[in-house]
Amino acid sequence: MSAENTTAMSRAAILGNIRSGLNRSQDDSQRQQAVSNRLAAKADNLIPARAQLPFAEQVELFKAMIHEALAELIELDSLDQVPQACADWLSSQGIKQLISASDSELSTLDWNPLEQQQILRTERVAQAGDIASLTSSFAGIAETGTVMLHSGPQSPTTLNFLPDNHLVILRRSTIVGVYEEAWKKTREKYGNTMPRTVNMITGPSRSADIEQKLQMGAHGPKNLVILMIND
Amino acid sequence: MEINTPFFKQRAHDALKDENLQKALGNLKAGFPEKRAIAVERMPEFEELRNQGRDLKNHILEHLDLYLEQFESKVIENGGQVHWARTSEDANRIILDLCKQVDAKTVTKGKSMVTEEIGLNDFLEANGVQPVETDLGEYILQLRGDHPSHIIAPAIHLNLEDVSETFHKHHNRPKSDDPAVLMQEAREVLRDKFVAADVGITGANFCVAETGSTIIVTNEGNGDLTQTLPKTHIVVTSIEKVVPTLEDMTLFLRLLARSATGQEFTVYNTLSTGSRREGDQDGPENFHVVLVDNGRSEMVGSEFQDMLRCIRCSACMNHCPVYGAVGGHSYGWVYPGPMGSVLTPQMIGIEKGGMLPNASTFCGKCESVCPVKIPLPKLMRHWREDEFQKHLQPKAARYGLAGWAFLAKRPTLYKPYTRMASWFMKRLAGKKGRIKKLPLAGGWTDWRDMPAPQGTTFMQAWKEQQKAGEQP
Repeated sequence: MSAENTTAMSRAAILGNIRSGLNRSQDDSQRQQAVSNRLAAKADNLIPARAQLPFAEQVELFKAMIHEALAELIELDSLDQVPQACADWLSSQGIKQLISASDSELSTLDWNPLEQQQILRTERVAQAGDIASLTSSFAGIAETGTVMLHSGPQSPTTLNFLPDNHLVILRRSTIVGVYEEAWKKTREKYGNTMPRTVNMITGPSRSADIEQKLQMGAHGPKNLVILMIND
Repeated sequence: MEINTPFFKQRAHDALKDENLQKALGNLKAGFPEKRAIAVERMPEFEELRNQGRDLKNHILEHLDLYLEQFESKVIENGGQVHWARTSEDANRIILDLCKQVDAKTVTKGKSMVTEEIGLNDFLEANGVQPVETDLGEYILQLRGDHPSHIIAPAIHLNLEDVSETFHKHHNRPKSDDPAVLMQEAREVLRDKFVAADVGITGANFCVAETGSTIIVTNEGNGDLTQTLPKTHIVVTSIEKVVPTLEDMTLFLRLLARSATGQEFTVYNTLSTGSRREGDQDGPENFHVVLVDNGRSEMVGSEFQDMLRCIRCSACMNHCPVYGAVGGHSYGWVYPGPMGSVLTPQMIGIEKGGMLPNASTFCGKCESVCPVKIPLPKLMRHWREDEFQKHLQPKAARYGLAGWAFLAKRPTLYKPYTRMASWFMKRLAGKKGRIKKLPLAGGWTDWRDMPAPQGTTFMQAWKEQQKAGEQP
């Protein structure tokens, strides 16, 4: 039997089982209506009070939560300061490489500070063995100190995971209180079609699989550095 | 995976005597429950979130067919494909076909209990495709030819020395007993595997009907490398994981990490929607979702429907005194602890899985920590009734129960008999009030003393209190 047949027969059997289990009435329109209503409403469920704060306090909460998640924070006044901040951080770690996306915003910056430290900046996707990457981000979520990144031509996902160190630019103005606000902003930007990958990242990679003892840097970045632009 | 559930008693017996296992289980008891308690305390709305989680799951199950159809159409709209698998065999064949389509030699895998359930690794290997587990715990187990004993901390039954030896044997490097060094070793060894893999297989914590997205939740980032680097991403998941909207998914994400590891949020929450988009420089070109049933659709409308609310957080086993004493392997199949005791008989049959719903003290802790309030003790009782009705229990248990029922229905016999029994037990216990050895109750007294009755039966005491005019 072909794979197509297997899946078609399984599909009919599974949906049939569910429908007979549910004892549907002859007229199923009520159930269908309930489903389309829920999908259309995209209503919030309970939103915890924690992050329902004035904006300035949301930013403070964000900072406290990323600290708890063991991410680093570097505050900057403008995007122009990003190259210097990268140069400083990378040289403090003895790193001579920075991979970044072909991001139109990043490309226009003056990258001289990196050259002065003999740090080579390359625009490409990540490869195994990469030491550090720089990406932008879509939003910060105060509730848990989470950054949200969307994949796209200018923001390849591998940069968020393969390199040992991940530097993320976050504009202060994109910080929101809760996840739900980030979903609303995502829909505003992309309409009905989500980006291929949405990453919500809260601190660097870790594992406690050996004797339940937490170790940092499992498979993803060992350091997550958030460059917050106070715009 | 081999089914060893009928041997629960023997396996539990051995587990209690296994010093290494007992040491390892100590790490669990000191870890997850305490961290969960702190996380719950920091979220004053947690109880209300649990209520909403329960209600939302009930709504989903009442409309499961419709949400699945919606999810399917959105996956296709985004350039992906959905495959339906009624059985483990169907699922394995579909996945192998997808691997063959891209001529896959190796497949990296994110952590997935559904692939354990269907026995995917053995099947792929037997058919010339090499699966590589990438979650640190799963990787250790694969090297050892072992299986997970816990649904989120798969190698919880192992100690540092075990991992140290295993890596020394397989990695060809100096032996280390530093967990940080061991993890770095795994990181380096697996880097090349991530890049070389032709297919990446992950599970899904939820499937979002609104967008056709699947989401995985990991702390290591292995699931992300698994799904981003290869040409093909296959999501293997089960039909009850569908949720309506991103907002609905969010409700469960707030419950999941706190209930599981006690984290505020898992490090990586990653949504995948379809295949690589035009202009994208990385990401998979092919996106497949395999929806596994394996008995779940038959639970809809049955007395076990509530079990389909489960979001696989592991809180029930983390808090279970039985799991904590005997560990996950004693249960003899894929899903251990209270959730496994309900799910396993459904998947492998009550004839083989009947021991598990009996492996409970009915203390109720599992239900009290379940993020979607599944009445686990009640569901285990349903299985016990089913087992009794099908005459599957051992003769001693059946006759014992029948004998007790005969007495209990005849008060004129029951009263003097219980009076005699409690008098006898009190005498047996002596001054200390503890019974060291009791005929037919060795299962108890071999391990600890049994407290003796005070001397009178409950009914005698009740009568006397009533007479004395006290409040009962």
